[in-house]
Amino acid sequence: MPLPFVLTPNYLSLASQIAITALFALSLDLILGYAGIVSLGHAAFFGLGAYTAGIISTYGWGEPLSGLVIGAAVAGLVGYGASFVIAHFRHLALIMITLGMGLLLHEAANSASWLTGGADGLQGVNIWPLFGAFKFDLWGRTAYVYSLVVLFLIFLAARRLIHSPFGLSLRGIRENPLRMPAIGAPSRAHLREIYTIAAVIAGVAGALLAQTTSTVSLEVLSFQRSADVLVVLILGGAGRLYGGILGAIIYMVARDQFSGVNPQYWYFWIGLLLVAVVIFLPNGILGGLARLRATWRRAAS
Amino acid sequence: MLGPIVGVLFDGLAYGMLLFLLSVGLSVTLGMMNFINLAHLSFGMLGGYVTVTLMDGLGWPFLATLPVAFVAGAVASLVLERVLFRRAYRASDLDQCLLTIGIVFMSVAAAAYIYGTVQQPVQLPSYLTGSVTFLSVNFALYRLFLIATALVITGVLVAALEWTRFGAQVRAAVDNQRMARGLGISVDGVFAIAFALGSGLAGLGGALAIAMVGLDPAFAFAYLVYVLIVVSVGGLGTIWGSFVAATLLGISDMAGKYYIPELGSFLIYLVMVGLLMWRPAGLFGRR
Repeated sequence: MPLPFVLTPNYLSLASQIAITALFALSLDLILGYAGIVSLGHAAFFGLGAYTAGIISTYGWGEPLSGLVIGAAVAGLVGYGASFVIAHFRHLALIMITLGMGLLLHEAANSASWLTGGADGLQGVNIWPLFGAFKFDLWGRTAYVYSLVVLFLIFLAARRLIHSPFGLSLRGIRENPLRMPAIGAPSRAHLREIYTIAAVIAGVAGALLAQTTSTVSLEVLSFQRSADVLVVLILGGAGRLYGGILGAIIYMVARDQFSGVNPQYWYFWIGLLLVAVVIFLPNGILGGLARLRATWRRAAS
Repeated sequence: MLGPIVGVLFDGLAYGMLLFLLSVGLSVTLGMMNFINLAHLSFGMLGGYVTVTLMDGLGWPFLATLPVAFVAGAVASLVLERVLFRRAYRASDLDQCLLTIGIVFMSVAAAAYIYGTVQQPVQLPSYLTGSVTFLSVNFALYRLFLIATALVITGVLVAALEWTRFGAQVRAAVDNQRMARGLGISVDGVFAIAFALGSGLAGLGGALAIAMVGLDPAFAFAYLVYVLIVVSVGGLGTIWGSFVAATLLGISDMAGKYYIPELGSFLIYLVMVGLLMWRPAGLFGRR
C-alpha cells in the first residue's frame, strides 16, 4: 500500500485509475458474476455518477464526499427505474436493451450540451479539498488514498452482501432462473435490488473519476467503456469478487505499457486476449487458478 | 411538397436495403444456432476492403468485385467457424459475445494496420453515378442499383427457402433443431453453409456500402449496432423480419435525421428499446 507513494506521480494517478476501474468492475460483477445479468450498457451508471458529481461542482458545490453520495444516488435512482425493465428479460433481448439504454443515455448527453458540455466535455469542474485540507492536485496522493479507501469500504460491504442469504439467492437465480420462484424466492425483486446496488456502486466509481481527474467527457457513457469493464471483469474472473480487482490491475498496467507504443494495435492484442480467455480460461484468471489448485489437490490425495 | 417526403423515403429505403443485406445472415444464424456473432460485420468490412483492393490495386471494374466480396466473406466465415466458433456453440451468451467482440477488435486493428484509418474512396463506374429525375424528384442511380440488387437477392433467398431442399432444411433447423437432427438432417452442415451464405451477403453489403456510407476500420463497430437493432427488432431466424425491420430502421433513421436533426440517433434507440419491451422476440420472432 505505501509502495505507490514512492513511485512517481504518474504511477500514483495510474493507481487511482486502477482503483476506480476495479470498483466499476466490482459493480458489474455483482450483476453479471452473481446474478447472471449480461449488460452491455453498464457505463450508463458510471457516466451518470461522473456527470452528476461534475455538474454539481460546476454549479458551485465542490465538496467531494457529498458529491460522491449525490452522484451515487442519481445513478442508483436511474438504476432502480431501469431495473423494472431489466428484470423481465433474458438472452438477446436483455443484451440489446442494456445496449440500447446505454446508447440512449450517451446520445442524450451528447445532445444536452447545455448541461454536459457535449462533445467538448464538462467545463469548469472544481473540486474542493477533501476534509478541507487535502487538495486534489497533480501529485495525485489525495486521489490515490481517496479512491483506495472508497474501494476498500465498498468491497467489504459487497463481501458481506455476497455471503448473506440474499447473495445466495442471487446465485440461485443465475444458475436456475426457473427454479427460484418455485421455491418461493422473489427473484424479480432480488434482481431489481442487486441491479440498483450495482448502479449505485458504478455511480460511485464514476463520481470518483470526475473528482480525481476534474474532467468529465462523453467517453464515460460510451459503449467502449461498457465493453472495457466487461473485458476487465472477464479477465480476472467473474463471480469471485476479487476478479474485478485483479482484472483491473492487469488491464490498466498492460494498457499503460502498450498504448504508448501504438494505441490502435492495443485493440488487436485485447481482442486476441479475449478470444484466448474465452477458449482457454472461461472463468478468467482466478477461475484458471482455482482449477489448477483443484487439480493439485486431487493429484496430492 | 411531395418532393422531400419521397426523397426521404427513397434514401431511407436504400439505406434499409443495405442494412438488410448486412443483417439477414446474422438473423438466420442466430435463429438457427443461437450463436451471438458480433463479428458479423467484420465479414462485411472484409468484403468492402476486398473491393477497394481489387479496384484500386488491380483495376477491376466495380461490378466484377462484388461476387469476390461475397466469396471473401463466405470463405472467411467458413474458416472462422471451423477453427473457432464451433467450440463456442454450447457456451453462454456472454462467452459468445466476448469471443466475437475479440474477433471484431482484431479485425478492426488489422484493417487499421493494413489500410490506415482513412475513409476509402471508391470510383463508381459512370453508369452508376448521377441521378434520374422522375416527377421532379431526384433519384440517385446508385441507390436505385442498391435497391434493385437487394430486392433481387431477397427474391432469390425467399425462393430458395421455400422451394429448395436446402431451404427446407434451414427452416427445419431454425424451427426445432433437435427434431431436425432426429430426422437425419445434418444441422451442423446446414448451419455452416447458411453461416457462409449470410457472411457472404454481409461481405457484399460491405462492398456496396462504400459508396453509400463509406468504409473505414470502424465500420465493423459502427454499423454493428444498427445490424443488432435490425435483428432484434425483426426477430431471429426470419428473412422477412430482417427485411421489414431494416426498411423501418432505414426510413426512420433518414426521416429522423432530416426532420429532427438534434435528436440524432436517439429516436432509433428509443424505438428499439420500446419495441423490444413490447415484443422481446422481435416483430416476427418466435420465442
